[in-house]
Amino acid sequence: MTEIVALEALAARVASGQTLAVPVDRSGVAMAATAAIISAGIDDLHLVCVPISGMQADLLIGAGAVKTLETSAISLGEAGGAPRFGAAVRAGTVTLRDATCPAIHAGLIAAQHGVPFMPIAGIIGSDLLEVRPDWKVIDSPVGEPRKVVVVPAIKPDVALFHAPEADRAGNVRIGRFRELATMAYAARRTLVTVERIVDHDLFETEESAAGVLPSIYVDAIAVAESGAWPLALWDEYPADEAEIARYTAMARSEDGFRAYLSTFLSHRKQVA
Amino acid sequence: MASEHERREILIATIADLLDGIRHVAVGASSPIPAAGAMLLRARNERDGKPPVRISILGSQRHNFFTNGGVELFDCAAQGRVDAFFLGGGQIDGAGNINLVGTGDYPKTDVRWPGSFGSAYLYHLIPRVILFREEHSPRVFVPKVDFVSARAVTPEVSRRGGPYALLTNMALFDFDRDAGGFALRSVHAPFTPADIRENTGFDYAEPEVVRETPRPDAATLELLHGKILDELAETYPAFARTMKQAA
Repeated sequence: MTEIVALEALAARVASGQTLAVPVDRSGVAMAATAAIISAGIDDLHLVCVPISGMQADLLIGAGAVKTLETSAISLGEAGGAPRFGAAVRAGTVTLRDATCPAIHAGLIAAQHGVPFMPIAGIIGSDLLEVRPDWKVIDSPVGEPRKVVVVPAIKPDVALFHAPEADRAGNVRIGRFRELATMAYAARRTLVTVERIVDHDLFETEESAAGVLPSIYVDAIAVAESGAWPLALWDEYPADEAEIARYTAMARSEDGFRAYLSTFLSHRKQVA
Repeated sequence: MASEHERREILIATIADLLDGIRHVAVGASSPIPAAGAMLLRARNERDGKPPVRISILGSQRHNFFTNGGVELFDCAAQGRVDAFFLGGGQIDGAGNINLVGTGDYPKTDVRWPGSFGSAYLYHLIPRVILFREEHSPRVFVPKVDFVSARAVTPEVSRRGGPYALLTNMALFDFDRDAGGFALRSVHAPFTPADIRENTGFDYAEPEVVRETPRPDAATLELLHGKILDELAETYPAFARTMKQAA
């Protein structure tokens, strides 16, 4: 049964040391919940970005919440490089698990299917194979003789994302952002923040049920209005480019980042 | 000296020419020039009654016809349904290998770039990968990349994908997959082959006579200044505005 809880109570379901999966910026990033996780002092996270991240990962890294970072890239898009990510790499304070986008999808799909690994095309010749000893090159056991890369299943403790709406039963509209479903299938627990909870049943018609993640995969939901801010949410609101640029500029220094983070956390508290 | 917008027009028109004959091209996020090149090809084909061109722009809502989430582009490429794509690189070497990770020794790289994105996979699967990097300097075009995000040639596995050409602010190179290296095809005015040699850190083949990269003709410029900039404005408003003002 999906529980509908307050934002702080939702964030309290993430524990230090857990593996946390989060989606790419355009899919629906739970920024309000991220602020609550940072406020709660959660650390030692193994962050899995599906398949890349931006400001969310940079905030968590800068706040010292991330021990291991598994991602195909960290970028603030038009705003430029992610400053706290860069600083953490130089200082060696975060363990890197560099990946390539489809390998992260493949790892989650392996967990979705309940199998230990997934074969994946390409990658051979990349130095990623050197730095990811958990990825293996095998001789294909079937068909024509050929080499193929296999990647282990990724089973996050928690998947966390933000979506426009859920119904009272805990069914969540994910539209065509199917990677959110893959994350939920693969994770032990899925936590979702939404702009609103609707009174009608999302399963009312075939049309309304399309693009819905069923509540069986959803453990808890919290309402967080503008919960992806300053990132975009689908058709609901665009990214606040000025705010992201302000973050990028301030986060170049440790002090600037601390000042930004403090305002960001108190702003989120006021909104909540 | 060609102005900034003339230089961009040459790049866009060159990309449209490089894409000639494809059915589906994917464009990464934050790539206005490749997107404009793809849109120019699409408009030209439409005008000339040639087969239609599909364009997928990653991160765009409007130019995204996929419905199966982030994995669908990668699956689509694996099925052979993506003919062309663009990759860049903080470093690109003479063997066509690209580095999107950083300089120095991994993991504590001196300079850290965002990461490999889908390159390690897509380089194997998309037949016509156009390497596009505006900065043409010895720090970008190095003899050997510090980290291979994606390797251009892998004799140990058969593949359909790999580099097709390299386009920069100064020149256009072809990639020869059998030789495993680049050959200078043309230089953009006012640069000379000597300028290219001086600013390229890797070795490459050079024909006896190097042509000048053709400037777009009047009909192409008309399409570009009208229809293409309007289409482009949906995804890259600031870029389209600057181009329009300059034209």
